Amino acid sequence: MKRHLISAADLTRDDAVLILDTAEEMARVADRPIKKLPTLRGRTVCNLFFEDSTRTRISFEAAEKRLSADVINFAAKGSSVSKGESLKDTAQTLEAMGVDAVVIRHGASGAPYRLATSGWIDAPVINAGDGTHQHPTQALLDAFTMRRRLIGPDAGLGQDLSGRRITLVGDVLHSRVARSNVDLLHTLGAEVTLVAPPTLVPVGVETWPCEVSYDLDRVLPKTDAVMMLRVQRERMNAAFFPTEREYSRRYGLDGERMARMPEHALVMHPGPMVRGMEITAEVADSDRCTVVEQVANGVSVRMAVLYLLLGGNEPAVTHTRTEEK
Amino acid sequence: MSKILIRGAKVLGGDVQDVLIDGETIEAVGAGLSAEGADVIEAEGKILLPGLVDLHTHLREPGREDSETVLTGTRAAASGGYTAVFAMANTFPVADTAGVVEQVYRLGQEHGYCDVQPIGAVTVGLEGSKLAELGAMHESAAGVTVFSDDGKCVHDAVIMRRALEYVKAFGGVVAQHAQEPRLTEGAQMNEGIVSSELGLGGWPAVAEESIIARDVLLAEHVGSRVHICHLSTAGSVEIVRWAKSRGIDVTAEVTPHHLLLTDEMVRTYNPVYKVNPPLRTERDVMALREALADGTIDIVATDHAPHPHEDKDCEWAAAAMGMVGLETALSVVQQTMVETGLLTWAAVADRMSYAPARIGQAKGHGRPVSAGEPANLTLLDSAYRGEVDPAGFASRSRNTPYEGRELPGRVTHTFLRGRATVVDGKLA
Repeated sequence: MKRHLISAADLTRDDAVLILDTAEEMARVADRPIKKLPTLRGRTVCNLFFEDSTRTRISFEAAEKRLSADVINFAAKGSSVSKGESLKDTAQTLEAMGVDAVVIRHGASGAPYRLATSGWIDAPVINAGDGTHQHPTQALLDAFTMRRRLIGPDAGLGQDLSGRRITLVGDVLHSRVARSNVDLLHTLGAEVTLVAPPTLVPVGVETWPCEVSYDLDRVLPKTDAVMMLRVQRERMNAAFFPTEREYSRRYGLDGERMARMPEHALVMHPGPMVRGMEITAEVADSDRCTVVEQVANGVSVRMAVLYLLLGGNEPAVTHTRTEEK
Repeated sequence: MSKILIRGAKVLGGDVQDVLIDGETIEAVGAGLSAEGADVIEAEGKILLPGLVDLHTHLREPGREDSETVLTGTRAAASGGYTAVFAMANTFPVADTAGVVEQVYRLGQEHGYCDVQPIGAVTVGLEGSKLAELGAMHESAAGVTVFSDDGKCVHDAVIMRRALEYVKAFGGVVAQHAQEPRLTEGAQMNEGIVSSELGLGGWPAVAEESIIARDVLLAEHVGSRVHICHLSTAGSVEIVRWAKSRGIDVTAEVTPHHLLLTDEMVRTYNPVYKVNPPLRTERDVMALREALADGTIDIVATDHAPHPHEDKDCEWAAAAMGMVGLETALSVVQQTMVETGLLTWAAVADRMSYAPARIGQAKGHGRPVSAGEPANLTLLDSAYRGEVDPAGFASRSRNTPYEGRELPGRVTHTFLRGRATVVDGKLA
């Protein structure tokens, strides 16, 4: 594995499978009365959040605490620019404090890459979402959720997602989740299709390792998992689509559309969901919808990433499993 | 002032000649000139060009003296072989009155490294809504002939039309920064495959091309001339080529960095590559080179845009746009145009001296290297090869994309009206 996790595209197939397998080990910790491992005892991890995020920050914090790391939460409301302080200064402050890893969420694409490569700080950098660029741990937790549901927790060990057909629907243009998922799912052997109105499809998408369709109904019957992307309401003012109602009619997922999917197919969403527009309550609350599982799996996957970047080379919890026996 | 004999230089890359300077003027050009009473500069193997003229420089003074001043900027210009620069109007305060343009003009005169010709803003405060006092700036001591809101586009078609019409009264030219503002909201790099991968806001080629198309038609409609700043796309080249074939009075410039660098460099997220207009694709670069070679693009202009270190040592989105260019321009042109066989040195003299002086009406500059002309000259060691080291720049800023890159050529001497401003590669 590389020293930092900046982009899902940085992961090889073996890296990704190792993370998913390690996350399975980590998931077992959540089933214990005491959900804690000593792996990162004495290590300090800083969650550096320049952009508001509740669920991702809490997920990382839970992962860090379950690995016994000391956690510093740094929430910079607004951008570093509006505050008049630079990312470099913040990074060097953390370096001086001796942090062992930095988890960064930033509104500017490329900020984690700059942090990792500019010599401002030595610690490993984990990208928790940067602008419209990447959100690699989200992609990993999505892949983890798919593997668990489509193959099984134990049967899935060592497996990738070869041959699975995954559909991402919605605002691909502004979605770091979409970029990360296309990269990772392709690496894991899945066939990815993007469905969006043409205004929300990025320029140059033809070079991406995926298919593109404007017709959701045609794609759904051939889908093993459909991932709905969040549509920000402010996009409506920028003429990306005419009205909320028209978007919902053409690209929203309701019960009728869900019925066209194969029986085993999943409905996923990175959250937070805009019910009624991109997904109906009927679908969101159905057994097929994995939104709650995705949240739980996020902690396991982030534990795995932190462990692999900061921990030793030994298997994460093997000895603990032995004790359980 | 004593006489200076430049001995054995290849004038415009052609015949080996001696050039005798007497005072501010070239006294003679020929073979075997007498060195009696003259200081001799041995120039065997070197290229002698007319002093370079930059139609597009940001000197930052007044207002951003932490980036550059007229003194440091003109020292950088001299180091790069320039004897005249046109200073863009986006200073603080904006150069939209006779007072500000006179201030910049006089600072240039006082420092004496390079003639400084201020460019006046087209609109008050570069805000695009009200014409600045174009006539007053022209009639001032600065004698402004070029007007531009560079950094911003004059996007209102009516304002652009009026500006084009108005400057006809005194033979001025409007230099347009072609950027349709709505199409480039949030733009941070060229819109294309790379921007989509990197998740950076895209600056589409059509945002430049649509404004150029509109402006050449406006210039034709009102019978005026228009100059297009820093062309960056293959489509822009096609529009300018079409306009010229139609007889429209349009001129255009390209920067050295748009002749060499592509948006692939942005993959590093290193803000030294953040510039406006953005670095485009390899196809665009090749089209720009070809257009400069065939004369569709008239001149090379640096768009020298100095910024202090802290404005670039940050995340991409927060970084300022622009790169310095005065001290590397000739080297980049040598590499991309001369060593590729696209331009002769005589043609370089046209694109970097004669033509920009003609467009900007820079008196005494852009003249042939011949007897009786002002001694504005640049001597280049074209055989030199070396890595760019910004620590040695005369500019106050160091935001160059070429740090550590090997570029050919080094200016060894620059003469401004017979006075050496650069000697053996060092400022005099």
